[in-house]
Amino acid sequence: MSWLLRRLLTSAALIWVVASIVFLAIRLVPGDPAELLLSQGGMAPDPAAVAELHAQLGLDRPVLIQYADSLRRLAIGDLGRSLQDDSPVAAEIARRLPRTLELIAAAALLAVLLGIPAGLLAATGRDGAFDRAASFVAALAMAVPVFVVGTLLVLLFAQMLHLVPAGGYVPLAQDPLRHLELLTMPALTIALGLAAAVFRMTRAAVLDEQRRDHVRTAWAKGLSPRRVLLRHVLRNALMPVVTVLALHLGTLLGGTVLVEYVFNYPGLSGLLVEAVNARDYPEVQGVVLVISVLFVALNLAVDLLYAVLDPRVRHA
Amino acid sequence: MSQTRRNDVGLMYLARKWLGRIPILGVAAIVLLALAVPVLPLADPLHIDVAHHLAPPSLAHPLGQDEYGRDVLSRLLWGARVSLSVAAGSAALACAAGVLLGLVGGFWRGAAEFLTLRSMDIVLCFPPLLLALLVVTLLGPGAGTLIPVLAVLYLPGFVRVVYAGALAVRAQDYVEAAHAIGARPARIMLRTILPNIAGPVLVQVSLTAAAAVVLESGLSFLGLGVVPPAPSWGLMIGAARATMTQAPLLLLWPCAALSLTILAMNALCDALRDLVAGGR
Repeated sequence: MSWLLRRLLTSAALIWVVASIVFLAIRLVPGDPAELLLSQGGMAPDPAAVAELHAQLGLDRPVLIQYADSLRRLAIGDLGRSLQDDSPVAAEIARRLPRTLELIAAAALLAVLLGIPAGLLAATGRDGAFDRAASFVAALAMAVPVFVVGTLLVLLFAQMLHLVPAGGYVPLAQDPLRHLELLTMPALTIALGLAAAVFRMTRAAVLDEQRRDHVRTAWAKGLSPRRVLLRHVLRNALMPVVTVLALHLGTLLGGTVLVEYVFNYPGLSGLLVEAVNARDYPEVQGVVLVISVLFVALNLAVDLLYAVLDPRVRHA
Repeated sequence: MSQTRRNDVGLMYLARKWLGRIPILGVAAIVLLALAVPVLPLADPLHIDVAHHLAPPSLAHPLGQDEYGRDVLSRLLWGARVSLSVAAGSAALACAAGVLLGLVGGFWRGAAEFLTLRSMDIVLCFPPLLLALLVVTLLGPGAGTLIPVLAVLYLPGFVRVVYAGALAVRAQDYVEAAHAIGARPARIMLRTILPNIAGPVLVQVSLTAAAAVVLESGLSFLGLGVVPPAPSWGLMIGAARATMTQAPLLLLWPCAALSLTILAMNALCDALRDLVAGGR
């Protein structure tokens, strides 16, 4: 249990440090942050506006008091107010976070459905036609940046073939079919790169597992190839694949920014881009904080899952 | 891994031998092209010619003209220069700082080890694009912001590689010998340990540069990386989106340039990794 306790404490400490960094970042900037945020296009900002922003961001008070105050408010889930429309940042994040999570989940599902069977097939027919073709496609899919994939998909399927809408969002409750239709393209865009990673990992893990003694025993027992591959090889090979997938999902929490932008999908990262463009610091702060905390929590979850699946981890 | 297959003779062998060189040749060609851009007879990448905006390829403008009538070929090549210098700059900066921190952490252990490794864990808490966006919000976009930010993002990779290498090497007899003849710590770190872990560090440099090209283009695509009117592939893709139905080629050129560059860099990373692993 001490392993678990230590791991939990580390994560809590990391979250505290992350919160402090996000809080301190605005004070580390050379010059007056309020002036910096207001001076767009090189124009000197109005002193009255600067003073107002100072009060709004709490910059007119001593740093330690600001820090204690912001941690206290964080503890009760208050992330401050947007500079654009004075609405609570936390409420906006709560509204948009599920959409981003849905997008990531859909992408992960597609990636697993594409990557794992392809990896298994490529490994069993090593160096065959399928293996070569799939490995080439995977190398390509990993090289093309996600926003290029998305933009090209829009050009091909929306603008030239008119098969799907170019982007947007409709709530599930309003029109389930349209909701899925709009989810498909961005999810597929993310899934392509992810599937390539899952494919490579599965292929390598299956090749590795096939050489093990227990697999040879399974063959010697006269089990059917199907049973050997699925129950003995794939089952063991999936451990590293799941880990890699989970870690990739963490990066995706921040990585959906580009895809949401391309498809005009109103998720959490879309909010972030709008906030950065408007230099709405409280909103940027809130989104970065929420995503980073989720990121830390996800890594913790992967570790815990690993410990459940493999008892050796707990005693390491 | 590198067992020779029986059917791997004749044409197949030749094809493989030459295909294996493509990444190195490709990356070399792209870098040379980017270096040679100022002396090439190219149109001014910033020259605006609204009368011929979105003009198709012609003799004077081999890849056509963009939404302001600027020469696309010239912008593409100048864009390579911007992308590669941001990548090279951030990789070099991250490498220098990472080697220093990793060596110090791996050599002295104790408090130095704890501080360097834990501080890297903190950087790793942030998804990369997010940390970059946080800084861009405060400091504004531009290559000057981009290079240090990317360097910080890629620092943990270097620190870990160097730290792990330093731990493995410091137990070797020749390091012990260097201690015995009274070499100073700085000399042992830089002259004895560093050359012996250069391989993995080189692989990390190539991985970092490839990742930096991707991240720079993504940020520029959002309008938060390189500032217009400077040409950058990400910016060009972002701008061409608005006119993609009238001029799809305008979108395809920078997409192809970016993807081929990353493909070549990834292949180079794989080749380097195999080389370093094989040399052990």
